Order: sequence, then C-alpha cells, then structure tokens
Amino acid sequence: MIRLSHIHRIFKVGEEEVYALKDVSLELSSGDYISVMGPSGSGKSTLLNILGLLDRPTSGTYEFEKDDITSLSNQDQALVRRNRIGFVFQFFHLIPRLTAAENVELPLILAGMDPRERKPRVAEALDVLGLKDRAKHRPDQLSGGQRQRVAIARATIMRPSLILADEPTGNLDRHSGSDVVEILENLNRSGITLIIVTHDPALGERARRSIVMTDGSILADHRQGNPSP
Amino acid sequence: MKAGNIFVFSMRALSGYPARTLLVLLAMAIGVASVMLLTSLGEGARRYVNREFTSLGTHILFVLPGRSETTGGPPPLLGQTPRDLTLEDALALTRNPSIAKVGPIVVGSAPVSWNGKDREVTILGTTADMFEIRQLAMGQGRFLPVQDPSIGTGVAVIGHKIKTEIFGNGSALGEWIRIQDRRFRVIGILAPKGQSIGLDMGDLVIIPVASAQSLFNTSALFRIMIEAKHRDDIQEAKEAVLKTIRERHDGEDDITVITQDAILSTFDRILTALTLTVAGIAAISLAVAGILIMNVMLISVSQRKSEIGLLKAVGATGSQVLRVFLTEAAILSMTGAILGLVLAYSGLGVILRLFPDFPVHIPAWSVLASVFTAQLTGILFGVLPARRAAALDPVQALSRR
Repeated sequence: MIRLSHIHRIFKVGEEEVYALKDVSLELSSGDYISVMGPSGSGKSTLLNILGLLDRPTSGTYEFEKDDITSLSNQDQALVRRNRIGFVFQFFHLIPRLTAAENVELPLILAGMDPRERKPRVAEALDVLGLKDRAKHRPDQLSGGQRQRVAIARATIMRPSLILADEPTGNLDRHSGSDVVEILENLNRSGITLIIVTHDPALGERARRSIVMTDGSILADHRQGNPSP
Repeated sequence: MKAGNIFVFSMRALSGYPARTLLVLLAMAIGVASVMLLTSLGEGARRYVNREFTSLGTHILFVLPGRSETTGGPPPLLGQTPRDLTLEDALALTRNPSIAKVGPIVVGSAPVSWNGKDREVTILGTTADMFEIRQLAMGQGRFLPVQDPSIGTGVAVIGHKIKTEIFGNGSALGEWIRIQDRRFRVIGILAPKGQSIGLDMGDLVIIPVASAQSLFNTSALFRIMIEAKHRDDIQEAKEAVLKTIRERHDGEDDITVITQDAILSTFDRILTALTLTVAGIAAISLAVAGILIMNVMLISVSQRKSEIGLLKAVGATGSQVLRVFLTEAAILSMTGAILGLVLAYSGLGVILRLFPDFPVHIPAWSVLASVFTAQLTGILFGVLPARRAAALDPVQALSRR
C-alpha cells in the first residue's frame, strides 16, 4: 500500500544540515498495524509527517496505493490528505470555538459535501464512538478521552485508508488511553491501516509490526512474535 | 468548500473573539461614518449657499462701481474710480427691455432713536423694486411706496428685530423715528426671514434711496441690484448694463457686473473642493481602519496557527485557507461599513436636531464611495494575512501546542 524508497529529509539549521531522515526505505501493506518508536529527535515524527503528506522529503519517492505522490502539487496533496488519510494528534487539535459535531464535520465541509448528507454521517460517527450526547459540547466541556474520541471521529469521517496517530495517548490518563487504543485497534480490524508513533513501549508492542528509529534511520523492524534485527 | 460554509466558518471564527472583532468593527465604523458626516457637512454648506442665493430670486445681477478686471492701463483698485455709480445711472438702466427691475442701493450706518431709545443701525436706501428683487415679505404695513426715486420722503420700513428692540410689544406702525437728525414715519415691518447672504434682514431700516443719499450726504450708490426679465436674458442684461453705463461714463468701463450665476458657481466650486478635501482627510481614517484590520488578522493568523495547521491536515487546500481568511476580512469591513452607515445617519439626525436650518445631507456618492473604500481596504489589507495563513507550513503550525 505504501512504499517509501530512499527517503532523505534534511533540515537546514543555520549553516548546518541536519538529517532528520537518512535513506529510509519502507514498505507497508494494507490493513497493517504499525508502531513507530524511538527517542526524541530520532526522526519518527518526521517520518509520520512525510507519510501524512504534511512534509515533503528532500529526496526519495513515496508511493501511496501505487501512485507516486512525491511530486504532487500542494493542492493535490491536500486532496490526498482529505480523502485517504486521517490524523490523530497528541494534543487533539480540536477547534475550540466549534462543537464536537462541528469539529467532526469539518473535513466534510472542506470536501464540499451537502449538509443533508453531512449531518447523519456526523451523527453516526459520534454515535459509534459513544459521543452521541456530547455532540453539542465544545472541546473545553469534554474530558481528554472524549476529546481524543472526537478527534478520531474527525479522522475517520472521510473513511480514509490510513490513520496516522502521533502519541494518541500521550496526553491521556491510563484508562482513557486504553479506551482510545481500543478504538484505534477496532478501526484497524475493520481494514484501515494504522500507524502509531509512541514513546510508550507497552503501546508499541501491541502493534503487529513495530519499527524502532534512531538518528533518522530504521534501527529495527519487528514483526510480532518473530523479532528480526 | 462552498461559499456559504466558508461564510459560516468565518463568522464563527469572528464571534469566537468578540473583543477583537468589536474593536475592528468600531474602527471601520468610525472611518466610514467620518467620511460620510464630513462630506455631508460640506454638502450642507454648499446647499446652504445655494439656497441663500436662490432665495434672492434666480436671475439677479449686481452692478458694482469700479472695475475688477485689469486689462490695459494701470490697474485701478476695486471701488476706486473717478466716477461714482449714481442714481441717474440706475434709472437709465430701467429703460432696457431685458431688465425687469432695478434696485439702487445706498448703505450706511446711523443712529436710530425713538422715545429716548437709541441704537446704531444699518440703513439701506433703495426703491420699491427692491421688495421683489430680494423677495422680501412684509410682517405689518407696506413696503416703500412706488414713487420717483429721486424724491426723498420721510418713510421707513424696519426689520423685525429693530421693531422689538425699539418698540417692544407696542405698535410701531405710524410712529415717527429719528435717524440721525431726520424724522421718518414707520410704514411697514419686514417679516422675519432670517439671513440673506450675510445681511440680517431683521436688523436694518429701509428708507427711500434719495433720503439715504441726503442722510449720508453722497450721490454715489453702493451698488445696483438688477432683476432680468428671464433667466435667458441675464447675459443680454449684463451687456446692456455695461453698454448703458459706458455711454454715460464717457466710454469707460468703470463698473463690474456680476451675475448671480457666476457667484453661485464660484461658491459651488469652492465648496465642492472643500467637501472633497474633507472627504479625503476622512478617507485617511478609513485607510487606518484597513491597516487595523490587517494587524488584527495577522495576530489572528499567528494565534490560530494550530487551527490552520489542522485545517490543512484534514485536507484544506491553500486556497481554501486563503478564502477563509479573506472572507473574515470582508465580513469585518462590510459589517464595519454598515455600522458606519448607521452611525453616520444617527449623527446626521443629531446635527439636524441641533441645527434644523442647516441643510445637511449625506450625498449618495459619499455613501457608495465610503462603503466601497471600506470593502476595498478591508480586503486589500486582508490579503497579506490570508496569504501568510495559506502559506503556513502545517508541520510547524501543528507543533505549537
């Protein structure tokens, strides 16, 4: 489903060139559940940003569902993000002045969907995540776990084939964290490819495949049950 | 993303920061209102002058002694001429077919007394024709009688203010007043009519022109007011006046004839220029409001970085983000302009209440121009912040917590 070949990402910090990603090649298959772990500055967030088309590699190619999307225009990349990728962030990134339902609705509005079609779809998404009675609440009236569930509803409302989660439990207590992980894993079970970036080894080991990064390179790539160096 | 959705989204964004939004709206409203109010004052002044002149009648000429043009010869100073304008000159003009009425004027100041009360008053010496030329109205009694202008009789018509000041509530008709050392009988009192091009018609005494000449011991006229038969005759009347006086003054053009139209159009030009100047000054406040919008939008963009990053992450294109922020700027400037309209019209209401006589009026062009300029500056100054938002790198935008 996804093939990264020889991806480099170089940041210029003053005169110095910093390698955030060094010759990363990676193949991910559809419906997979992958965790990306590693210390701070290891390049895992950069990898996620490139996978999510929020960032462009300095060199290398990125194939998404057999399309080479490395060279797409910003406009077309936005469309790929809108239709095929869902993001879940550590800090939720809900728009504070909008209600839960309106936050979930946002991608549909951007896609120009008709309101009559939008409303039932939003209601259904909220219902599935147990947020039916929270639809009219603003983010500051919701608990952390509820906020992350709203964010997940927003990430899935366009029915993407890939969900990228950046420390999805990083800001949650253990209980709501495991709730969120369960929801994400359920989504994965329904066929959506799930990539989670995390510091938490317990969460990382739940994935069927876990990638460990250091210094912009892939240090280890385990399949669950049969670790391989 | 449809226009309606962008609008709703932008509205929510604006109402999410009420203090900031209200301040920008206020600035815009003040800008728009000041343009409209200042132009309305200028326009009011223009209309006021217009009204004052047309209240004189519409086809009036003024004949002044002295020449204001300096073509050939040493320039004579205005009003200094070897030959005075005389009553005979005025009477000679009456024979012209294009001239309907001739009102010679002698003006001076003299003490008026009655029953021990004494007051310095402007004395206007003229003839019966002046009544119609200046479109006067009588409160009581009658105006100067139609008679041979060269005979001075002891009758006087007084302004309503003089009447109250000297006679109080008592009757003035038929009373004998003393002007300087002569006695005049009051035959009429002018109706209150207010100002008439600077001359307070309530505060003067009108006597026959010959009486005024002997009172001030002069044969010269201050000026002559002429009413042409028709509006079309004004030019002809002007030439006739110049020709007649030239013949009487040994072939010298030593008078100046001013038509009311010429005065009016001069005033009109001056006041229109004034209005435009004032409007220009006020337009600066509109520009300031535009810059304020830019400022606030820039702050808004940096405060809402993570929101913009998120919009991009969920698939908003750069142009969608641009449109969202431009729409916000447009809503701000449009709402500000509408508030400005409301403010201007309520300000106008206050002015009308305070000065009911002053014909203030907001010209249509200033409404259109100020609203249009407000829109334009709002959007123009909204472009920079909107472009900045659209160009924001989502990774950086989202990394902010």
